[in-house]
Amino acid sequence: MTALGKIFRTTAFKLALAFLALSAAGAGLVLSIVGMEVFTLVDEESKQTIAAEADGLAEQYAQGGIRRLGYVIEQRTREPGSSIYLLTNYAGETLAGNIERLPPGVLDKPGFIETPYETADDSTLDRRALARIFVLPGGFRLLVGHDLRDRARIAHVMVRALEISLVCLAALGALGALFVARRVLRRIDAMSNASRAIMAGDLTERLPVSGSGDELDRLAENLNDMLARIGELMVGLREVSDNIAHDLRTPLTRLRNHAEAALRLEGDARAYRAALERTIEESDGLIRVFNALLMIARAESGADRSALSDFDVGEAAHGVVELYEPAAEEAGAKLKADIEPGLIVRGNRELLGQSIANLLDNALKYGAPAPILALAPPTAPSEEARPAAPTTEVELVVRRAGEMVEIVVADHGPGIDPADRARVFERFVRLEGARSRPGSGLGLSLAAAVAHLHGGAVRLEDNQPGLRVVISLPARPAALGEPLEKAPAANAAALS
Amino acid sequence: MSSMRILIIEDDRDAAAYLVKAFREVGHVADHATDGLTGYDLAREGGYDVAVVDRMLPKMDGLSLIGALRAQNVDTPILILSALGQVDDRVKGLRAGGDDYLAKPYAFSELLARVDALARRRPKGASEETVYRIADLELDRLSHKVTRGGVEIPLQPREFRLLEYLMQHAGKVVTRTMLLESVWDYHFDPQTNVIDVHISRLRAKIDKDFDPPLLHTVRGAGYMIRDGAR
Repeated sequence: MTALGKIFRTTAFKLALAFLALSAAGAGLVLSIVGMEVFTLVDEESKQTIAAEADGLAEQYAQGGIRRLGYVIEQRTREPGSSIYLLTNYAGETLAGNIERLPPGVLDKPGFIETPYETADDSTLDRRALARIFVLPGGFRLLVGHDLRDRARIAHVMVRALEISLVCLAALGALGALFVARRVLRRIDAMSNASRAIMAGDLTERLPVSGSGDELDRLAENLNDMLARIGELMVGLREVSDNIAHDLRTPLTRLRNHAEAALRLEGDARAYRAALERTIEESDGLIRVFNALLMIARAESGADRSALSDFDVGEAAHGVVELYEPAAEEAGAKLKADIEPGLIVRGNRELLGQSIANLLDNALKYGAPAPILALAPPTAPSEEARPAAPTTEVELVVRRAGEMVEIVVADHGPGIDPADRARVFERFVRLEGARSRPGSGLGLSLAAAVAHLHGGAVRLEDNQPGLRVVISLPARPAALGEPLEKAPAANAAALS
Repeated sequence: MSSMRILIIEDDRDAAAYLVKAFREVGHVADHATDGLTGYDLAREGGYDVAVVDRMLPKMDGLSLIGALRAQNVDTPILILSALGQVDDRVKGLRAGGDDYLAKPYAFSELLARVDALARRRPKGASEETVYRIADLELDRLSHKVTRGGVEIPLQPREFRLLEYLMQHAGKVVTRTMLLESVWDYHFDPQTNVIDVHISRLRAKIDKDFDPPLLHTVRGAGYMIRDGAR
């Protein structure tokens, strides 16, 4: 497609064309109105002239009858001007005047008439005149008229003016269209080139923004934001797949090794059995990691956002505490819960429950105080005596904090160094000292993803000593206690 | 364990063959359909105690098949098998008329326990018992009282529900996830041995001072409450 052909297809060109047509029509309309007005004015003037001439002739007629009238007319026709006269007798023969010929029947018409006529010296030109016929006694008829040359000239001028203005408008319109089309086209071309590059795989490329803040800029900015988001997701995806490849390789290798070792066994059914059981255990572990990864991915992508419902956070947390409480006690830990009832959150109870479970699990695993303070009484009714081990205390608090609901899981363990706090949210990140224990390094990642899904966040704080994990989620208006006093619309907007 | 007729609708022939074989090994009769339409026809002819339906099937997908069966008043309990293990998929499956939902990959012991539990639900018209009895253990669902040998055993509400669920499925294996689902209404994987601790606490209350033990651990599968004398 040629550049010109492209211009003809652009919206800008079509707009310019429409603009041109409209302004041409407008110019035509204005000129015709002016022309009509001028015509009326000229006609009016002609009529007045005719009336004045007729008055003068009537005076002459009153003084000297038809002879004098003829004489005066003869005199007047010799004077230059655009007046025309014709005096005829009852037989229609010309007595005086400067008209050679008239269309038949004109002399019988009453009032002002417009008629073509011919003069003696010019019988070819089709002249026109405005005239009035007076009938005199004795069958004489007098025509007094005014040539319409002036009017024709004005009409001619008008038409010329229209032609010239149309040409000028067309030229201007075409120029404007060309300018707009090329300007817009160039930017759109730049945008489509950039998007083609992006499609070809360079996600770091951005659409050009001219800085004028017009609609094209806004479009480009929005598309750029979208690209940034896609880029983030892509990076996340790449990280996940890299991590999966890396972290599933280890258990997969173990799995394979167990199977191979089992194949090398000679005959002992019990050993086979044990090997198979270990294999199943390993694969269960793999499935677990896989499920956790999927869950995180789903929460991060917001795919479950449509399936959210209102639920009581306290109730959900209480269920998890109840679930973990005996296990905690068994492990020699104390699980304390301080739950404010009636806090409603819109979200996914299942995912939130899983997040709380992960945090409790972490706290129970890593939240034991440093064994220096081994003086605490062994209160846990544990079956295996743990004489020197101090009691692990884990606290779960659900409370309201302004317009947020906070779920706090706190322990008195070694905590997490501030330098490591951002890192632990990454998938599969496990700090030194945790690697030897079972776990996938996905618990905090899931908690963060789930909080994000709910429009909230997770932060890590120092519990002095220990770690305090705070999930804060936006509360539903009902959870604020005074749903009627607060402006419901504002709340809904802020929380939706 | 009485023999059941089980219909497996699954397009993966390997997986289906494995299931058929595994169900036969434990004494059930299993039929197999590889696509939705065949499965629908088989299920409509009836006579199955449980149907195990994969969600993604050729010719007619699992959820449509279940919807069609339910529309035809076929009330065979249906367990949905799916590679989609997310919460909303489960909800969709149950809303379509499925009775239980199990995400792939699964342990056969889990599937077997769930199929057993579903089949037990069968007699719909029968009024629910208000008192469960196993040997000298009694659970009154109305007064929330548990006695063994006439001695009242005080239980926490959650322990009561745990025991109630176990006794409802007396003689059947109940898996940890089944317990988590029905007693705590959570479908996630608790990772640690939390359920085991609950069971051992319950066991300490109902079995420790009595004989014979009723609450048994089924290795690699879950738990079962049954009268050990029989």
